[in-house]
This record gives sequence, C-alpha cells and structure tokens, in this order.
Amino acid sequence: MKKNRRLENVKYEFKHNKQAIFAAAYLIIIICISIFVVFVNVDPDAIDVAHKLQAPSGAHWFGTDEMGRDYLIRVLYGGRVSLLVGVLAMLTSIVIGVAVGMVSGYFGGIVDSILMRMVDVFSSIPWIIMVTVFGLLFKRGLFSIIIVIGLFSWMEIARLVRSEVLSAKEREYVQYARFIGTHPSHVMIKHVLPSVFPTIITAATAAIASAIMVESSLSFLGLGVAAPMSSWGSLLQSSQQYLQKAPYMAVLPGILIILTVYSFNKLGDVLRVFVEPKITAGEKDE
Amino acid sequence: MPPFFKCQAYLSGIPAGCRLGVKYTKVNAGRTCVRYCTKRRKIMLKYIVKRILQAIPLLLLITVICFTLINLAPYDAIDSITTPDMTQAEVEAKREAYGLNDPVIVQYGRWVGNLLQGNFGYSLLSHTSIKYDLKIRIPATIKLVLPAYLTAFFLSIVLGLIAGSHKNKWQDKLIDGLCSVGISMPTFWFAMIMMYLLGYKFKIFPLMGMHTIGLENSFADYMKHFMMPYIVLTIGFLPDLTRYVRGSTIGQLKEDYVIVQQAFGAKKAEILFRHVSKNVLIPLITKLGMALPMLVTGAVITETIFAWPGIGPYFVSAIQAMDYPIVMSILVLSGTLIILGNLLSDILYCLTDPRIKSMK
Repeated sequence: MKKNRRLENVKYEFKHNKQAIFAAAYLIIIICISIFVVFVNVDPDAIDVAHKLQAPSGAHWFGTDEMGRDYLIRVLYGGRVSLLVGVLAMLTSIVIGVAVGMVSGYFGGIVDSILMRMVDVFSSIPWIIMVTVFGLLFKRGLFSIIIVIGLFSWMEIARLVRSEVLSAKEREYVQYARFIGTHPSHVMIKHVLPSVFPTIITAATAAIASAIMVESSLSFLGLGVAAPMSSWGSLLQSSQQYLQKAPYMAVLPGILIILTVYSFNKLGDVLRVFVEPKITAGEKDE
Repeated sequence: MPPFFKCQAYLSGIPAGCRLGVKYTKVNAGRTCVRYCTKRRKIMLKYIVKRILQAIPLLLLITVICFTLINLAPYDAIDSITTPDMTQAEVEAKREAYGLNDPVIVQYGRWVGNLLQGNFGYSLLSHTSIKYDLKIRIPATIKLVLPAYLTAFFLSIVLGLIAGSHKNKWQDKLIDGLCSVGISMPTFWFAMIMMYLLGYKFKIFPLMGMHTIGLENSFADYMKHFMMPYIVLTIGFLPDLTRYVRGSTIGQLKEDYVIVQQAFGAKKAEILFRHVSKNVLIPLITKLGMALPMLVTGAVITETIFAWPGIGPYFVSAIQAMDYPIVMSILVLSGTLIILGNLLSDILYCLTDPRIKSMK
C-alpha cells in the first residue's frame, strides 16, 4: 500500500523533534487536567482566612492566596477559563476568516479587493487598541471577550485561506463542478473547503496560542475576565499586589501561560510540515 | 554609491550616469535597441507622490471608522461639555451652540476640521483638554519606546545574523529557542518577575514612575526609573525582530551570489558582513517605518505596570472609565501613524533598494 507522504513527514517530525514531543505531551496533560480537575475534591473557592498568603507547603503545594484558597487548584481552574477562551475565540476567528477568505478567493474581482482592503485596515491597527475599543461596545463577560478576540484575529487566517482557494479553484474537479452549474456555495463547501482544510488546522493552533496571550493581557489590564471567575491573566493581575509578600503567586500562572503558548506554537510549526511538505523537506537537507 | 548598487542600476537597463531624455543603446535578447533615459530619481519621485496620494483615502477611511464608532458608542457627546448642575434648558442651549443637533455629515466635517487643528476635544471625566494631556504624555512614551526599540533593532541584527549563519548549530538552537520562549512569554509577566527580582529582592531600581518627587531634574534618578521598563520593552521587541533577521539571513545565504563568493574563496565573515548583511538590512528598514505607531501605542502594558506617565496608563484608565473621547482620539492618532508609517517604510524601501519592481 502506498504511504501518505505528508503523514509520514509529520510522524518523522514527531519522532525526531524533541520539542514537538514535549509540546504534544504537555498539551495532552494540561487539557486532561483542565477537563478532569472538577473531580478533585478541593473547592477552588473555599475561603480560609486563617491560612492566607501561605508559602508553598505539603498541604498547599503552591501556597494559598490572599483569602486562603489553595493556589494550585485555583490556577488549574483558571486554566479551564484560559483554554476555553483560547479554543472558542479560535473557532470564532476561524469561522470568520475562512468565510471571508473563501468568498474573497473564490469570487475574486471587486469582492476580493473590498474584502482584502478591509483585512488590511483591520490588521494594521494594533490589537490592543482594537480589542479594547470594541470591548467597550459589548457588555463585559466571558462570551464578549471570546467574541471580541475572535472578531480581531481572523485577518491572518483570511489571507492564508484566500491564497489557498486561489489555487484550489483552478483544479479540474472544481472547474468541472462550476461548469455543470453547481451552486457556488455547494462548490465552496464540498470541493474547495477540503483542500483548504490542512491550512485551517495549522492556522487554528497558532490562533489558540495568540488568543490565550491576548486574553491574559486583557485580564491583566482588568479588561478581561471579571472577579468571581479567574483565568491565568487575572490570577497574575491579582498576584501583582502581593508580589512582595507572595512572589510564588506570580510564578505558576506565568509559567503555565508560557508553556501553553509555546506548545501550541510548536504544534503549529510541526503541522506545517503536513501543509507545506516541500518547504520543510528543503530545510532538512542542510 | 556602493558598486553593488551601480551594477544593479546598469542591469535594470539605465546606464548609471544617464541624464533625462538622452538616447542610449541597450542589448536586449541579442537585439540592440535605442531607448530614451528616464532618470531614476524622476521615477522615484513619481512613485512617492503616488503613494502619498494613495494614503489620503485611507486616512479618510480611518476617520470615518472612528467617527462611526463614536456615534455608536453609548454616550452622549453633550456630557463632556455640561456639568451636572446645569438645567435642561441650559443643556439644550449648549447642545445647539456646539452644533450637536446638526446632521451627521456636518458634524463629521467639523470633527475632522478640529482634528486637523489638533483639537481632540475634552475628557468626559476630568473635562481637561485631550490635546494638552497628549502633549505631556506622548513625549514620555517616546522617551521610553525609542531607545528600547533601537536597542532591540541593533541587537536583533547581530543575533539574527549569528543564528542564521550557524543554522542548526548550537548558536542557532540557543538563539532560536530563546526567541520561541520569548514570543510565548507575556510582557507583563516578565515585567513582574523583573520587579520582584530587581525591585523588591535586590532593591536596585525603583518600582514605579519616572521621577522621585523632588528630584525631577536629576538625570541619575531618571535613569534609575528608566532602566526596568526599558529592559522589559527591549526584551519584548527582540524575539520577533531576531526571527525575522534569522529567516532572511537563511534565505540570502542560499542565493547565487554567496556561492560565487565562496567559489572565489571569500571568508565566511566577509560574505556575511559585506554582502549578506546589506541584503538583510534593506527589508529591515521597512520594519523601521512600520514601527512608527509604536511611538504612541508600543508600550501600553509595560507603561501601565511601571506606572510610566505615558500613553499606556492614560489609555487604560480611559477604557476602564469608558472615557470615549480619549479612547477615540488615541484610535485616530494610532490609525494615522500606521498609515504614515506604512508610507514612510515604502518610501525608505524605494530609496534604499533600486531593484524595487512595483514602482511603475
């Protein structure tokens, strides 16, 4: 049986790239922990003022926060929010980006110019300005953060998808489908989308990484996740006040953010091997 | 002019010292053609004028977007003018006087006119002139961002060239690895760690602000306050730029001219610094132009953490207090700077690289 060269490339990369193995293992662990942490019999909101701001010990592995809550479990619950925002914001931006990219690449002409100029304008304004300004128009809450982040991170995906669609629509089966008068939306979903799919997957991993980063920065500035809920960013924000007394509170969420963003980025790099076999194969020979 | 550029001008068909309208001959695919010289500088000037004209509709678009956002925003512009103890009749009189009952188009025209005169309006909360606030805050931001960006720029050239020329060796692995971690690291987290280590633990630098009260004119005191945000910001800018330089160095080292130099027995360092570095630096110049908006919005997070009295804390507190006029002024300002920055980078590119194709 003929082997799939692209899949073989990815397998090779996973076997020989230690960073990729680490990234995949870390992501599996952190996602499992985030899902199953609800079964751990420790309440993240259990207040115990007598033991507030304790340094790490046997009872509390990462110490306690300003209200005596176990910090490790709070950070793990924070991870749920951070990852949830990352994944949902990624989905939002993928949906918008793929739709704009597909329409723009498929129809071309004036539609293409208008949509691409829009992409240019949106992507030139710094995210911190754009996200905060639009955050003002929505009510604050978890879902508005997700939507706002999603609304302002689709431009890169739209560009990538557009360039893929431009080549995909020249394929014979697509031309044939158009020739026999299939409805454009049917052609796009049935025939063009599958060939763009690998690109979308790669872009998605990078999008999760940047969404987590943006969410943490927003929460840190006090514009993100609100008080009863906590994400890694808002945990860091509250730890800022206790930096002198309890520096350990700043360490754990920060390291988890770095590892998570790093792993998603690395995963994206590895998956690029699947999308662009030639480019990476060219790099290997040196 | 370095010999390389002369050679390129010749290759593109125009003899180096050619004057406008003078006949010259060119061998094209074995046939000798007679051409009239159009001077390079004239082509360039035409291109620059064209780019400036193209930027104008974009600037208008930015103002339209901002104005729409202001009108969409859930606040009434009259609130920035009136005080709570005014009667309804007085408020209505003010509304009429400030033209808030006029059609939207008229209001837009007046708003743009005010912007052109540098009149950004008034804060909703403090009723102070935004123009006055920005005059104090923008220089403070520039004092922080400019040195940090330039440091990061030069460091990234050195690190990127080293990494790119030692691809897959330990130097490259170290630099590239650090860059991957640097990109994944939130700036504010790094700032907090620095604050803890340098501020609390070793007490080398003060934690907040720009000056100690009473020491406003002391340069040593300023430097002490300046160091920590400067380091944080430099590290924040560094990974992206370094990766860019590394990538383009790797790309350039595959070019034919490098192989030619190697064949003639040139030393590795000579190839790298005399030939490759030139070609790597040209695209970097465009980055310099695009960094123009950073002079205003490049350090929002860092400034907020260190309470540096620049645009950052001003913007963040305006967002938290929903002070729309301030937020929109900064949006217009950064949008304008982005367009000007892109324009600048295109012009710089055209001036430094005679091979640019899109000039016609």
